[in-house]
Amino acid sequence: MRGGFMKLTRVTESGGQYPNPALMDGLQTGVSRRGFITAAGMGVGLAAMGPSLVKEAKAATDTGGNPRKLNQIKTICGNCAVGCGFIAEVENDTWVSIEPWFEHPINQGSLCSKGSAAREHVISEKRLKSPMKLDGGKWKRISWDTAMSEITAKLQDIRKKHGPDALMILGSAHHNNETSYALRKFAAFWGSNNIDHQARICHSTTVAGIANTWGYGAMTNSMNDIRNSQCVFIIGENVCTSHPIAMQHILTAKEENKAQIIVADPRFTQTAAFANKFVQFRSGTDVALIYGLINVILENGWEDKSMINDRTYGFSDLKEELKRYDLETVSDITGVPVADIVHSARLMAENRPGTLIWAMGGTQHANGTSNTRSYAALQLVLGNMGKPGGGCNIFRGHDNVQGATDLGVLSNTLPGYYGLGVNTAYKHWSNVWGVEHNWIKSRFKDEKIMGKKGFTVARWYEGVLMDTKELGQDVNVHAAFYWGHSCNSQSQMDRIKTALDKVELLVDIDPFVTTTSILPDRKDGVYILPAATVYEQAGSVTNSNRDIQWRNQVVKPVWESRKDLDIILDLADRLGFGKEFKKSRNGAWKELPEDITREWNLGMRTIGMTGQTVERMKRQQEWGHAFDLKTKIAEGGPCDGEQWGLPWPCWTDKHPGSHVLYRTSIPVAEGGMGFRARWGPKAPDGRTLLAGKGSAPVDSSLNEGYAEMKNWKTDLTGKVFEDAIAKGLAPYGNGRARFHVWTMKDDPVPKHREPLHSPRPDLITEWVTYDDVKDHYRVPTLFKSLQKKDWVEKYPLILSSGRQVEFEGGGNSERNCWWLVELQPEMYAEIHPRLANNNRIKHGDLIWVESPEDTDTQPSRIKVKAKVTRRVSPDMVYLPFHWGGVMSGKDLSHKYPEGYVPYGIGESANTVTNYGYDRITQMQETKTGLCRIMKA
Amino acid sequence: MATTNITIPARSASGPEGKHAPARMKFYVDTKRCIECGGCEVACKNENNVPPGIARIRVVTVNEGQPGETNVAVPCMHCSNAPCVSVCPVDALFHRADGIVHVNKDTCIGCGYCLYACPFGAPQFPKGSPFGKRGVMDKCTYCAGGPEEAFSATEQELYGSNRIAEGKLPMCASICSTKALVAGDAEEVANVVRARSAARGSAAGSWGWGTAYPNN
Repeated sequence: MRGGFMKLTRVTESGGQYPNPALMDGLQTGVSRRGFITAAGMGVGLAAMGPSLVKEAKAATDTGGNPRKLNQIKTICGNCAVGCGFIAEVENDTWVSIEPWFEHPINQGSLCSKGSAAREHVISEKRLKSPMKLDGGKWKRISWDTAMSEITAKLQDIRKKHGPDALMILGSAHHNNETSYALRKFAAFWGSNNIDHQARICHSTTVAGIANTWGYGAMTNSMNDIRNSQCVFIIGENVCTSHPIAMQHILTAKEENKAQIIVADPRFTQTAAFANKFVQFRSGTDVALIYGLINVILENGWEDKSMINDRTYGFSDLKEELKRYDLETVSDITGVPVADIVHSARLMAENRPGTLIWAMGGTQHANGTSNTRSYAALQLVLGNMGKPGGGCNIFRGHDNVQGATDLGVLSNTLPGYYGLGVNTAYKHWSNVWGVEHNWIKSRFKDEKIMGKKGFTVARWYEGVLMDTKELGQDVNVHAAFYWGHSCNSQSQMDRIKTALDKVELLVDIDPFVTTTSILPDRKDGVYILPAATVYEQAGSVTNSNRDIQWRNQVVKPVWESRKDLDIILDLADRLGFGKEFKKSRNGAWKELPEDITREWNLGMRTIGMTGQTVERMKRQQEWGHAFDLKTKIAEGGPCDGEQWGLPWPCWTDKHPGSHVLYRTSIPVAEGGMGFRARWGPKAPDGRTLLAGKGSAPVDSSLNEGYAEMKNWKTDLTGKVFEDAIAKGLAPYGNGRARFHVWTMKDDPVPKHREPLHSPRPDLITEWVTYDDVKDHYRVPTLFKSLQKKDWVEKYPLILSSGRQVEFEGGGNSERNCWWLVELQPEMYAEIHPRLANNNRIKHGDLIWVESPEDTDTQPSRIKVKAKVTRRVSPDMVYLPFHWGGVMSGKDLSHKYPEGYVPYGIGESANTVTNYGYDRITQMQETKTGLCRIMKA
Repeated sequence: MATTNITIPARSASGPEGKHAPARMKFYVDTKRCIECGGCEVACKNENNVPPGIARIRVVTVNEGQPGETNVAVPCMHCSNAPCVSVCPVDALFHRADGIVHVNKDTCIGCGYCLYACPFGAPQFPKGSPFGKRGVMDKCTYCAGGPEEAFSATEQELYGSNRIAEGKLPMCASICSTKALVAGDAEEVANVVRARSAARGSAAGSWGWGTAYPNN
């Protein structure tokens, strides 16, 4: 602890003494908002201010004026995935104010604009107050009972006519773990894999890329752990805008460790302003840039040889591919001068351990999976994996996108990444659900479709629009549920609109009226149901770095809104499987949501979401002050030795959690582990996949590579875990990270591939994209046939999209909070002064941004204001993607129910983002497209 | 790497007559840390019920999108020799004992002279008030309410919350994303600045290194 300055000290609710919060980056601070004046005689500000004000405060109290007595409720912010805590203050079930939760180990009381506006999500006048139905072209208020009975009758009808695969559910990364789990279970009980959520268009390529590298697809270290870094390499992520509170940790590393901050991005972002080194590269050329860096590292012998030899597989294949990337070639592809590549590599090599941070700038590409794999390769070569201060700190978007991903709200897996195997995954989960495996099978059309990946968020609408001959299922989609999900975050908005016009039943469940409800031109068949916000329901949420925190309910659902979980249970009852749905191997659900937590605790073996019991999570909430900021470990108290958030894998209810994955310097019992031995002991080429001698976690009974334990994924008794930990073994084995992934047939080793809409037609021949794919998540996906050399002749500018700090995702919640809209009132396109002047455009002028026709016959266009700024390079246009309510120059305000037009509406960037999808996961390619601009 | 450990010895708070020295409340904005997240602006609205169009604190960006881009949060700086206090024709502006500058809205005539005088653009003029387009002046109160009874309904309505009377710091500084905005007694604020300067140090790679040695 810093200081010895008694004057700065104050007394916390738990009796410990901490300095003034304003002073402290490196310190945990605590404050009891009220009560400290009487209890301890002084509090945070008073101690800081000196005694004169103590007297004044007392005087004020004496004269009769008293601060209101408010109920304080600790909760977790519902915006981004940093997982900040705050204290909500409530009077008569009304949320009246927010206090900083200074003792929260992740944010230490800090909140960005979104977090500070949390209360407005609840009190906004724009909250949807009752269920509504589109009837004869007019919005009509209806009761919940009418809405639910009409919707379920229609669903049954569609099921009878077309089967269960005619329904598509778009779930939400804002649902807590219990709701996410219940929604995935609901889809299984309904009998379809057509369920997906925002993770598809957020980090699906990260999960596919790095899970195939070392076993798990999640952020490997933690926000707090960045405090241990000597170098922070940030690529395709604007931390200041997307994860503001994480900057607290990054700036601490910069100030205290003299850590080198390197920002690689096509834009000079707000984060780049804090960098020691800024590398501006062409959007979509990440693999080439990373390979340039690796080549410099290898040429100079800076690689970590023992990591490569003992803990990786396929290095020689990587080296073979690297030959194509000499520095001149890399410089030509990326636009980065050779000297900058060399300098960056040197900074990373000389400052270890270093961490690598990425987000959607890296993932949203047709070769996004290759991008993420190349980042992982760089960290392996540098030997930065499995170390505090190192790792791949992959910043995820929404507050529970990691949790919703873990709990399988995805069309390609059941909870826990078990996949869709009818006799494996479905069998395991039937066992946990406490229902007959055959009964679950009977809910599906047949076993073939039961084991087949469903439609994705990115392209589900083709299920409505395309002929069934082209689809991977024999029926069209006739009903769609948008549940806490906005359609304007998905590209090809004009195609989506056509599908929304056509689908028989559209149900939109959200706290606000979203773009989805008002986009289609139709007279009926649309229902909007008011859901409670995250603050009106309790449950656990998993932040970006796998910390699982309990979020308390602040107030009861306002107006007529209902908790998402209640809506799911109501639907299950009305659809006739409510009884089975609430069954559980643990016994029928009684206490909700806690009994659902207990159910996923039982089934989530693969990733060790087994030791985070409700009781432990709630206890941690009370003991935030006991946790160290850098190690995340509690010192003393009832949580002694536990890591904050019990980050998975947390194998048993005695295990502390593992905030640094693949760390071998501590025993398994304390959170140590090697890479996951996920692909057997031997690769098809005969080389070993088990780690080398001496590379097991310390205190291991086998100090070498070993295979996974028998039945570790399905043993519900927990005995396998306990036995393994007792022997110092990780249940999933000790394997090697893979540079070479033989199941990815196109790219066993990542390759640079030009974007579908490349501004460099001269590079397309050598760095060509993939072949078209026929049945890709039940739809055909085009690659090569759309990669045309002449796009760039008419559309010479690179089109990219991203975030504004005040908003998130489709922005449907935040654009209904005027505090935020006041700061960011309108949509714009960022263009460089040179581009503006060459096109006779001035700052503030209205311009058209137009993109190529893609699969439709018409080009798409939006009319937005020009923001002339040097943040972008002269060859690009940058669009924030949170806007909706205007389409191709047309104001759609008149289509909202009366009184529900958001405070902020604007053109959706995704009307013009181009066609393009990742080869592996169908991630949309929104970060690299082409466009042209003209004055409107 | 161990946490940098900096000790700043406590200074005696006793003055020559053995009395406690009065506090002098100050803001400090660490421009090496402000990330333009807008948290302070929204937190102020939430805490003080500030109407649309009024910005008691505003984040200003210098050289946006270019190397050297810097952000500064600008509230009322509660100047010790405050120009607004000097020029106010009706003495509506005044200093509290702890240095916080308050406006008395009952006295203020909304002339806007303080706006001419203030170097920071702190005075705000609500629209649509009985005083015509500009209304009486509103500004950052340092979350210390106003010259009404602490916690009274009138104080809440005219000035917002009174965190200082509750023994708490202003909301903007309390929730600042990166602890860039620092509030408290000037002596403590100075300690924060000292501690940070010591942590940042002067070795290679420290602040300003890139300016001195741009090609390294």
